[in-house]
Amino acid sequence: MSILSRLSLHGFLALAVTAGACGAALAADPIRIGEINSYTGLPAFTIPYRQGWELAVAEINAAGGLLGGRMLEVVSRDDGGKPEDAVRTANELIANEKVALLTGTYFSHIGLAVADVAARNKVLFLAAEPLTDAIIWSKGNPYTFRLRPGTAMQAGMLVDDAAKLSARRWATVAPNYEYGQAAVAAFKEKLKAKRPDVEFVAEQWPAQGKIDAGATVQALAAAKPEAIFNVTFGPDLAKFVREGTTRGLFDGRAVVSLLTGEPEYLVPLKDEAPEGWIVTGYPWDQVKTPEHVGFLTAYRNAYNDFPRLGSVVGYTAMKTIAAAIAKAGSTDTPALVEAMKGLSVESPFGIITFRAGDHQSTMGAFVGTTAVKNGQGTMIDWRYADGAAFLPPEDEAAKLRPAE
Amino acid sequence: MSFLLAQFLSGLAQASSLFLVASGLSIIFGVTRIVNFAHGSFYMIGAYAACWVALTVDSAAGFWGGIAAGALAAGILGAVMERGLLRRLYRSPELFQLLATFGVVLVVQDAVLALWGPEDLLGPRAPGLTGRVRLWGQPVPLYDLFLMVLGPVVFAGLWLLFHKTRWGVLVRAATEDREMTAALGVNQSHLFTAVLFLGCLLAGLGGALQIPRGSVNLHMDMAMVVEAFVVVVVGGLGSVGGAFLAALLIGQLQAFGILIFPEITLVLVFLVMAVVLVLRPYGLLGRPPVEARGGEAGPVLRPAPPWAGWMAAGGVAALACAPLVAGDYALLVLTETLILVLFAASLHLLMGPGGMVSFGHAAWFGLGAYAAALVFRHLGLGLAVGLPAAPLLAAAGALVAGWFCVRLSGVYLAMLTLAFAQILWSVAFQWTAVTGGDNGILGVWPGGPFAARWAYYELTLALVVAGVVALRRVVFAPFGWTLRAGRDSPLRAEALGIDVRRHQWMAFTAAGAFAGLAGGLDAFAKGSVFPTHLDISTSVDGLVMVLLGGVQTLAGPLVGAVVFHGLETEMLRHVPYWRAVLGGIIIVLVLAFPQGIVGALSHRFGRSRDS
Repeated sequence: MSILSRLSLHGFLALAVTAGACGAALAADPIRIGEINSYTGLPAFTIPYRQGWELAVAEINAAGGLLGGRMLEVVSRDDGGKPEDAVRTANELIANEKVALLTGTYFSHIGLAVADVAARNKVLFLAAEPLTDAIIWSKGNPYTFRLRPGTAMQAGMLVDDAAKLSARRWATVAPNYEYGQAAVAAFKEKLKAKRPDVEFVAEQWPAQGKIDAGATVQALAAAKPEAIFNVTFGPDLAKFVREGTTRGLFDGRAVVSLLTGEPEYLVPLKDEAPEGWIVTGYPWDQVKTPEHVGFLTAYRNAYNDFPRLGSVVGYTAMKTIAAAIAKAGSTDTPALVEAMKGLSVESPFGIITFRAGDHQSTMGAFVGTTAVKNGQGTMIDWRYADGAAFLPPEDEAAKLRPAE
Repeated sequence: MSFLLAQFLSGLAQASSLFLVASGLSIIFGVTRIVNFAHGSFYMIGAYAACWVALTVDSAAGFWGGIAAGALAAGILGAVMERGLLRRLYRSPELFQLLATFGVVLVVQDAVLALWGPEDLLGPRAPGLTGRVRLWGQPVPLYDLFLMVLGPVVFAGLWLLFHKTRWGVLVRAATEDREMTAALGVNQSHLFTAVLFLGCLLAGLGGALQIPRGSVNLHMDMAMVVEAFVVVVVGGLGSVGGAFLAALLIGQLQAFGILIFPEITLVLVFLVMAVVLVLRPYGLLGRPPVEARGGEAGPVLRPAPPWAGWMAAGGVAALACAPLVAGDYALLVLTETLILVLFAASLHLLMGPGGMVSFGHAAWFGLGAYAAALVFRHLGLGLAVGLPAAPLLAAAGALVAGWFCVRLSGVYLAMLTLAFAQILWSVAFQWTAVTGGDNGILGVWPGGPFAARWAYYELTLALVVAGVVALRRVVFAPFGWTLRAGRDSPLRAEALGIDVRRHQWMAFTAAGAFAGLAGGLDAFAKGSVFPTHLDISTSVDGLVMVLLGGVQTLAGPLVGAVVFHGLETEMLRHVPYWRAVLGGIIIVLVLAFPQGIVGALSHRFGRSRDS
């Protein structure tokens, strides 16, 4: 016990000293932003994301900072891919690092956990990447806002194109957790609304990261669907595509697939990327709007690499924070929360707005068809689907939220 | 009908892949009794190395050369691990090597990330085997056929190796009776190195052969290692034939299971394992292990001298004063650490005095956490009901699972606890209406007098101290002595009229109750409960804490929890490659303190009267 108590004493004394040291803030002090993401758990997605927000921070500070010359300083933390570590880290950022607000997170359950900590501590949280709609609707709270288009929005974007297909018999394959379940449910509901004649003849729910692709592909083929809705991604997607191609699952069948057009998922597939799939994604090399070209150039100059979707999300998240602080004129939470409501931000995808009714941004995604060009997967015939068109009206959405 | 045949072939191809990896693990365990937690890491190394060679040398020779290179690289690294690390630990308590291999897992994860980058790699397809053939009108990939043949070929090769070569005969002899083999003058040192080489080579081969089927990624190690363990245990430890049979069984159940119940993939392998172990306690083809001779009983635990008691009391008093100086975050970390201390102490009751290793202790921690959260969410009752509910539900669960578990021993027992934990995990994960699924239950904050962080900390401190004292009482009560008697010599204990199983069962239940209390405390400390509470990684954390501190001392798990949690928390905050650093520290600690930290300290400073 003696060692136990010594170690602990030592630990908290050190911590207490740090806490005291950053207590008194001066006017010219930097504005501290707390940032949490799964850097070791999912480096393929979170490293481009980090590069995105680092670029934004550099731009904001080069332009003279905020609130009369205060620099933006980001305190970034790894959550190790575990919600309990994220909760502790969020507390550390709030209590010890005295951050003005929190941002980040990738996994939905981690996003929800941090949102809960933010609400309890009355600190603003801008959830950057989590896709779950619970974070804005059923488990929404006054302090949490979400940037990226959620599961229901992305599924909705695909339904327009899916409804135009002649296919009536559909099969679905999705990872067996909330994201996959919600995506399939939203897709089914919206497609049935537009096309009452469709029926869903088979569904497969492989455990995330553990797909038995051969058996799954055959089980789908056995149901003889005319079209397939896919939600798998990452390593599962690579296996599914390879087995499906070899076994001819995709021959003569339409495939509608969530997120597959994002460079994060499409690029690793190289020349084996599926062709002709209808997907949501980000054709980074083809978007020629001035705001995107400006971002693309800056990003390539900074990192000598092309941006992934995560880069855009990270960049836009930090620009959102800067805009909110500028609009609020302070870093006090109540002022920031008010500023976030209806806030308009210039993103690489154009102007986006954070809705006051449900705290969701109107950031959209690109919908198009996959193709292989020069040995690389890419998107063709794409269009930008504005997120605002795929959200329920604000007053309806507000009713989905718990009473404040 | 033709579809079912094709599905059967899919299952066969999957079974072949599983068998390659599992056979290596089985051989290693059979001979060396090492639970090689890093087996999945060698699988991943094989895949990455093969993929890298195949992409660099873009030709058929590159592909097949890459497969060979991947297997060899894994094999050589396995031999290096044996020479440099495991060799120094053969005199340590059983399973201590597991801790060392856990350190290797962490280091390999970051090494692979540093070497090959974060993005998934897509290797080439097998030259000449990219197409498909139609059998009974169903498309079957050529590469699947290749794997289907390769599995039995490797099996046959291993059989020949073990039955027709002198080396193989020695390996079988060592599997059957290690001490007798040594007594006959066989150089175990060379044998062990060679076995590690062969086992890891097979893991690397299994990984390398996955290249054409999907991408090579950083999550391969964890995805494979648990499944490989399941195959080995279902087949019977050390039995290559058993591993082959088990791989077939699991491959086929997987292929056909998803036709009937697609969600089953989450838990299928663990259900199979639970059923097999309940019916056949040593797996399908396993045999009861030969009892180690010499009756090497654990060192006798004695109560610490009075001065240690006073120091402990002083330490508790100091901790009680912590809120005077510590900030909110420091209090949260202290609260967490205290909870883990109780969790580790409860696991220690099983592992130390009980002599039962658990790979699934998170089951009771998680059950306690869910009990508290469910009472809170569905009944609207707060801490006053939720916290007592935690140990009660956990004890009830442990009572049921324990009845099955204590009928087994050693790694079989450990794996059955893992099966129960995984079954509970999948229930929490899938039963969204009640448990909230993977998004968990949020907003479980203590209300009333314990709403303030410091108040909750004091409550935690009081309950944890009470729990640890109670556990200590249990160990030094007649019950504890009886338990230890059963551990050290079950036969003699039975002869004295002691119902060993019954005592183990009670210890299992008590350990579950205390872990449940820790879980309930954790739910209110963090305000949320997730299936990760029941996850393998939580069980492994507990195991690491107990082993790191030392199994044969009472203070060991307490120190282990503080050191491990402190290290992880600080690393996570400040070090980019924190897993490699943490893994490295664990390896260094293991080498420096082969009896665990407290074990080594008490060994060095006195207590010689016991030895």
